[in-house]
Amino acid sequence: MAPKGEVVEVKKKSEPAPVILTLREVKEILGCEVLVGKEQLGMEIWGACAADLMSDVLAFSIPDSLLLTGLVNAQSVRTADVAEIKALVYIRGKRPNAGALQLAQEKGIPVLASELTMYEACGRLYLRGLKSAATIRSKNE
Amino acid sequence: MSDDSLLDLEFEIIGGDFNQAGRVSTKLKSILKEIGFDAQVVRRVAISTYEAEINVVMYARRGVLRFKASPQKIVIIIEDEGQGIEDIEEAMKEGYSTATDEMREMGFGAGMGLPNIKRNSDQFEITSEVGKGTRLEVTIIAGDGSKS
Repeated sequence: MAPKGEVVEVKKKSEPAPVILTLREVKEILGCEVLVGKEQLGMEIWGACAADLMSDVLAFSIPDSLLLTGLVNAQSVRTADVAEIKALVYIRGKRPNAGALQLAQEKGIPVLASELTMYEACGRLYLRGLKSAATIRSKNE
Repeated sequence: MSDDSLLDLEFEIIGGDFNQAGRVSTKLKSILKEIGFDAQVVRRVAISTYEAEINVVMYARRGVLRFKASPQKIVIIIEDEGQGIEDIEEAMKEGYSTATDEMREMGFGAGMGLPNIKRNSDQFEITSEVGKGTRLEVTIIAGDGSKS
């Protein structure tokens, strides 16, 4: 313990610098198949969130982020639209149903599908420096 | 007061119809965007109405969503005929949920619905009668427009 009155310098653990990834890079990092939006792979992604419960997306995501989810029905796309999610990645080898794909096409939301588990998909993106969308929000608030 | 009303709309929501859930909110979202409301306001309206729609679909037989917008504020009233809420105080707690497994499989029932609506509104009123239904009134201030 430092004596009273002495200023103690606390060294912060260094965090990886925030990065922006293109959707093409996300596709490569997660080994994705592109189901909707092949022409939108140049899109820039600066943050991501992951959830299977859509109310959590509505509560914690911030606009323009990437959503990783295992929910394959049309509500996943509707939620993305309402929450202004920029692009969707379905994980665990899940494929969105026909209704979801059609809605994504109508709304112009790119859809990717990865065989990875949620944990690994998030981990890979995080290691590449992609920030949590929710973390960014709480810092700004 | 309502002379400057921009929109006065009414939508019916059918209970149990998950495929339709969210149609009203996405429609309202594009209408408000087109009119030129602030993006943050549009998002708050979209999230509140979406959560409210989902609640009607999950817990009621039918519901009506009334939507009124002026340049200053947006008022959304959702009334449903359904099972109602036994303990509103509990239902307002984040994470409290009476959802079934089937609802969770649809991606809902995280116990965030009502808290989410409240968080996105400037005024929030809820009344409910068990066995009859629930009424929500949500007000969202749309801008710093004239206060007179």
